[in-house]
Amino acid sequence: MITEIGHFALVLALVLAMAQASLPLIGAQHGIRAWMALAKPAAIGQFVFLLVAFTALIHAFVVSDFSVVVVYQHSHSQTPLIYKISAAWGQHEGSLLLWVLILSFFGALVAIFGDNLPPRLKARALAVQAMIGVAFMLFTLFTSNPFARLSPAPLEGQELNPLLQDPGLAFHPPMLYVGYVGFSMAFSFAVAALIEGRVDAAWARWVRPWTLLSWTCLTAGIALGARWAYYELGWGGWWFWDPVENASFMPWLMGTALLHSAIVVEKRDALKAWTLLLALLTFGFSMLGTFLVRSGVITSVHAFAQDPARGLFILAILALAMGGSLTLFAWRAPGMKAGGLFAPVSREGSLMLNNLLLATATATVLLGTLYPLALDLMGGGSVSVGTPYYTATFVPLVMPLIVLAGIGPLMGWKRGDLKGALHRLWAAGFLAIAAMGVALWIDFGQQALAAAGIGIGVWLLTATFLEWTKRISLFRIGLGASLRRAFGLPRAAYGMTLAHAGLAIAIIGITAASAWKSEEIRQMRPNDSITIGSFSYVLQSVAPSRGENYIAERAHFKVLKDGQFYTDLYPERRQYMVQPMPTTEAAIQSHIFGDLYAVIGEGDGKGAWTVRIYEEPLVPWIWSGCLLMVLGGIVSMSDRRYRVGAPSRVSAAQAAPAAGE
Amino acid sequence: MKRKTLRLYLVVISLCLLGIATTLVLNAFDRELVFFFSPSEIVAEQPVPGRIIRLGGLVETGSVTKLGDGATFSFRVTDLKASTTIAYRGVLPDLFREGQGVVVQGAFNESGNFVASEVLAKHDENYLPPEVAKALKASGRWQEGAGTGATPAASPAQGEGTSQ
Repeated sequence: MITEIGHFALVLALVLAMAQASLPLIGAQHGIRAWMALAKPAAIGQFVFLLVAFTALIHAFVVSDFSVVVVYQHSHSQTPLIYKISAAWGQHEGSLLLWVLILSFFGALVAIFGDNLPPRLKARALAVQAMIGVAFMLFTLFTSNPFARLSPAPLEGQELNPLLQDPGLAFHPPMLYVGYVGFSMAFSFAVAALIEGRVDAAWARWVRPWTLLSWTCLTAGIALGARWAYYELGWGGWWFWDPVENASFMPWLMGTALLHSAIVVEKRDALKAWTLLLALLTFGFSMLGTFLVRSGVITSVHAFAQDPARGLFILAILALAMGGSLTLFAWRAPGMKAGGLFAPVSREGSLMLNNLLLATATATVLLGTLYPLALDLMGGGSVSVGTPYYTATFVPLVMPLIVLAGIGPLMGWKRGDLKGALHRLWAAGFLAIAAMGVALWIDFGQQALAAAGIGIGVWLLTATFLEWTKRISLFRIGLGASLRRAFGLPRAAYGMTLAHAGLAIAIIGITAASAWKSEEIRQMRPNDSITIGSFSYVLQSVAPSRGENYIAERAHFKVLKDGQFYTDLYPERRQYMVQPMPTTEAAIQSHIFGDLYAVIGEGDGKGAWTVRIYEEPLVPWIWSGCLLMVLGGIVSMSDRRYRVGAPSRVSAAQAAPAAGE
Repeated sequence: MKRKTLRLYLVVISLCLLGIATTLVLNAFDRELVFFFSPSEIVAEQPVPGRIIRLGGLVETGSVTKLGDGATFSFRVTDLKASTTIAYRGVLPDLFREGQGVVVQGAFNESGNFVASEVLAKHDENYLPPEVAKALKASGRWQEGAGTGATPAASPAQGEGTSQ
């Protein structure tokens, strides 16, 4: 019964979305106030109905109602409660419902908090948001209905894939979806602005917080996913350049570009058309990601169940949304008032260059992701594109970007002083070169690229710190005055500082972990030991153990550092009861300069086990860097500029009544 | 600064970037693309030693042996027409089984033995990698849903993992 209510609520949400997609748009065109006002209750109602639908689905999972197909396929009465709940979005149908729920959540947020938006812009943005909603709800209902029933109902379910029974993965998809579905808001605002034919600083101020929120969640979601791969797949890797990972990484790159170009629109009223284009493309990449993950066109380690009909449907949505919005862009953008001028060497100039580099880097990732697909379609045989490709293309394009990130913030608007900026950064340059030298010396000049990566990370970290000291005039106006300035800085400035510092730390971590990881694989018996670096791992015992829905072999390692006891590690090899597949639970112990990582493999039945030990240098830096970036996003979002007094366009609108209509 | 000059700068920079990116991509495609082979194709034309390739098929039943050091495995991958012997040092993926589909990545060494650096098996017992399914179909020894019990069925969940 509750399942049917959920199903019904989904249909009602669709009907509401249809109304929201059409009436406010017509209302805005003809100035019918009541029709425009309809968008707000419709958006909120749509969200409420979808929430009801999603709650009904979770309910079906919690009570293990195996007459519902997806529950039967992905849950089991013995599954721990938290994984029964997370199973609700651990499969295609349910995760799609979560997708539309988040889409409507953003719509509802704009409806509720957007009272200071010009009514026309708000009506149009919400209408566009609802169009996306209609498309994806139709998709859900017609190709992937999570509420479909089975008759007769089976007695027991097939259980969630054991790999997904993990706390990190329970939160990874929702975060990721808030991230890339959230870019829909920027898309809707961009389309609304194109219909109006006008973009100004106020527009950028409204769009930026939504972009920032999505970007922050996407960063967190990608980091959670990488971390999950790191400890769950059991071989110490955290990024595979897998098509599905790229599918989330491309919107992140474009979103980063959008975040930066929106600053230029807000502060200087320039780069307007470009920013609109970025907003359209960013969400385009999000939808492309959805297509790649759900259509089965790519072989990926994370791909969902595969059905060509679904792929075709999403491809149609993608073609419609991108074709439509880009046509609108081509038609309206040239007519928009050109923005402020600036010298090439200036803050605007460096943000522009940032955007070009990010766009180019994204293009190489896109090529690497789609090329095997295209070649296969043309009958050119199966190929795959792996890490070496991305190291040879993406990395060299991103390196100048990082160098630029150190310089850009020191540039003035309109006309910057490159010499002055570089003069200020001599310390950063010195430290970067020193770090590169040390890195080269440590591995005897084996990996020049890795040394460069470390140097660039150190450069950005120091430059970011120097930029902050400049803002607070450290050592030039007395410590007290500097401190007062430090407290007086806008939160958005701290957001940038934190995010850039986080990026720097993550880059250092990524470089070190990719270049200097070492591993040892051996067959071990109790009391055997393996030594890597200054740590020795002594296998104490392997004993059977039991969890709620699995049995396991649990190994005990004693780790010694320079002969002294350091820590205990307990890696497991689990066998889940329902789906008879073994999974590896790595044992990880972090310290400042890296992780100890132990995995136990299959036993030979004669008292020996295959054991893998990894030394993972600086991996914790990756996670802390990502955390800092997320923190930067949150701090920046809390800037009062975005909450209070976002000086509404009322005055501007009065000055130029009905401009662009 | 005139608008025209600004635009000129922009176009020049964009073209430069485009040029650099194209060069990088073409170079990388030339050197880093990993081609997929089936055992029959290997028999027909042995790839250049040292060139990284992927090879896929079914793990031949009874072919998996552990060598002396306890961490190196040897097994044969077959498309039911021809087979190739693989050496792999490491831990095999949890779902690596005889008779199941597998994809290995690695290269032939100078003496003509295939040394794998990665063994990929889907974490789902019913899953057959599409390339493998295609290779098996091409060898004419396998029909959908028959024989090996490995059909490219819908996999139950998101997030199956590779192992290496």
